[in-house]
Amino acid sequence: MTVQEFIFWFFAAILVFAALRVITARNPVHAALFLVLAFCTSAGLWIQLEAEFLGIALVLVYVGAVMVLFLFVVMMLDINLARLREGFWGYLPVGATVALLLVAEMALVLAGPYFGLSEAPRPSALPAGHSNTKELGRLLYTDYVYPFELAAVILLVAIVAAIALTLRRRKHGSKHMDPAKQVAVRSKDRVRIVSMPPVKKPNGGGD
Amino acid sequence: MQYITPLWPAYPELFLLTMACAILIIDLFISDDNRIFTYGLTQITLVGCALLTFFTGNADPVYTFSGMFVDDLMADVLKLLTCVAVIVILVYARAYTAARGMFRGEFFALALFATLGMMVMISANHLLTLYLGLELLSLSLYAMVALQRDSARATEAAMKYFVLGALASGMLLYGMSMLYGATGTLEITELARMSMDGVRAQAVLVFGLVFIVAGLGFKLGAVPFHMWVPDVYQGAPTAVTLFLGSAPKFAAFAIVMRLLAQALGAEMLVDEWRQMLMVMAVLSLAIGNLTAIMQTNLKRMLAYSTISHMGFLLLGVLSGTIDGYGAGMFYVVVYVLMTLGSFGIILLLTRGGFEAEELDDYKGLNQRSPWYAFLMLLLMFSMAGIPPTVGFYAKLSVLQAVVHIGLWWVAVIAVIFSLIGAFYYLRIVKLMYFDAPLDQSPVQASGDVRVLLSANGLAILILGIAPQPLMVMCIEAIRASI
Repeated sequence: MTVQEFIFWFFAAILVFAALRVITARNPVHAALFLVLAFCTSAGLWIQLEAEFLGIALVLVYVGAVMVLFLFVVMMLDINLARLREGFWGYLPVGATVALLLVAEMALVLAGPYFGLSEAPRPSALPAGHSNTKELGRLLYTDYVYPFELAAVILLVAIVAAIALTLRRRKHGSKHMDPAKQVAVRSKDRVRIVSMPPVKKPNGGGD
Repeated sequence: MQYITPLWPAYPELFLLTMACAILIIDLFISDDNRIFTYGLTQITLVGCALLTFFTGNADPVYTFSGMFVDDLMADVLKLLTCVAVIVILVYARAYTAARGMFRGEFFALALFATLGMMVMISANHLLTLYLGLELLSLSLYAMVALQRDSARATEAAMKYFVLGALASGMLLYGMSMLYGATGTLEITELARMSMDGVRAQAVLVFGLVFIVAGLGFKLGAVPFHMWVPDVYQGAPTAVTLFLGSAPKFAAFAIVMRLLAQALGAEMLVDEWRQMLMVMAVLSLAIGNLTAIMQTNLKRMLAYSTISHMGFLLLGVLSGTIDGYGAGMFYVVVYVLMTLGSFGIILLLTRGGFEAEELDDYKGLNQRSPWYAFLMLLLMFSMAGIPPTVGFYAKLSVLQAVVHIGLWWVAVIAVIFSLIGAFYYLRIVKLMYFDAPLDQSPVQASGDVRVLLSANGLAILILGIAPQPLMVMCIEAIRASI
């Protein structure tokens, strides 16, 4: 076993374990943390495949941004685990049977000769100085420009949908400040000096 | 620039995208009273898109965007019909959305993006673009269903639609990854060539096929993947139900054609998916028609009727012949025409605050408005497949295709279940003509709705008397593209 193979098996084992724990962990925060571990190990595998950019992007984007946000959401939402687990044991026999059957059937096909190591030989090593990032960028803006733009449109739709579904405009008359007006205010807008002639009280005396 | 040339086949999509973004921004500067301006712009965009599709149409397939986009006759016909269908939907939906606070810029923007998604799906020549188009369409639809965010039913429907839609997308993607594993390509024309030559990993190809068929079944709403259809149809605001029940079926038909008939159209693979489609079709016919009888809510009833219509559509596809595909396409066109009309009537009878979705609301419609009752009669006859309406011819041509490949017993089952199905369609006719109305208020509609709805209903009759031109067009479109 070469060092590279050892590293591969090491990362692969951690990845499978972490992925399993994501769906079996009782505590959602633990599940999210295991997902972080899974992302980190798969990033390691990608780097081993000489896909450095993807590996780094996975760590930066998913681990750094998405999962942290996700953890916040998980912690903020008060998820009632007892209610989620309700009926778990009732559904388990049927669910487990179906799942096992499905896994067995899939294994029959996938464990065949089609996905063996001989079918997927190790890609030849890339020359030194080969830029993964440049290569990806070239593909994204040439061959894949159409799906790339479509993905952007999908994100735009997601923004429109999120705003349309959650934005509630306050009614007029609610007490809100307009910062522009606050900044532009001058003293004469605030204080109005009114000159009034002195007035004598009709009765002349106080109460 | 050789990667995106020629650009002209994609002009309709580019125009639609540009205008959708422009409308999104213009709408910000329009007050609520002038929302009609956004509506007008949306309609102009769709008309422009339809015209562009018409004028950039051509008989021979043209590939562009590095082979990811195809513009063939089937794509042109389906895109044109999609644009027309969306125009009609927006006209029907105007009064309804205005009365329910949905007459907003987002509604139109989402409708346009959904239309773009459908057009991308129709023109996809690459599994990646096909999937992206599907997601664009689905995301817009989920949001549209949930647009009435204070309605518990609408949000529940959106949630169910979203979760099951995501599951279906997952299945489709998994199947696609298997196809990639077996052939090493995602391009549909390339896949077709390779599966024709026979690949070594045939078992993997078939394995992927199973997941693709399941994913397509979900998206079409065929049994046993139909669970979401009734809840979503009933829970969504009627205008949105009209939208998601009609135009997207063109796109769904297109991806069924692209994936099954084109990419996996090799003789040996056709035998594989024919079995699966057959089971789905027969079950859809049975469960759709039998369950529809029990419904008292018209929207729910039409949902089950949709399931049975999808069964018929699958019958056309499973024949695996050009005539069968043509019959399937004809069926989709007729189905959309009927759905537009029947939901148009529901929207017509719906007034501010009152939803005309129970069957009882249709009692005595003839006394309130003989003309609309007559249109509804035509629509129901057509759905049941009674001559001389076009629904009869659509069913007949599908059955002919099935008998032609020797599956006469499937045809017999289909006929029996359509007969059972005729009961619930005719029940509506009975309610309209022979029962006393529960409420006597006259039916009111604006001029555009009146004209379009009448044209819609009469088209059912005219196409039923002279179906040949449409049928020829469908078969020619398929012949030129597959």
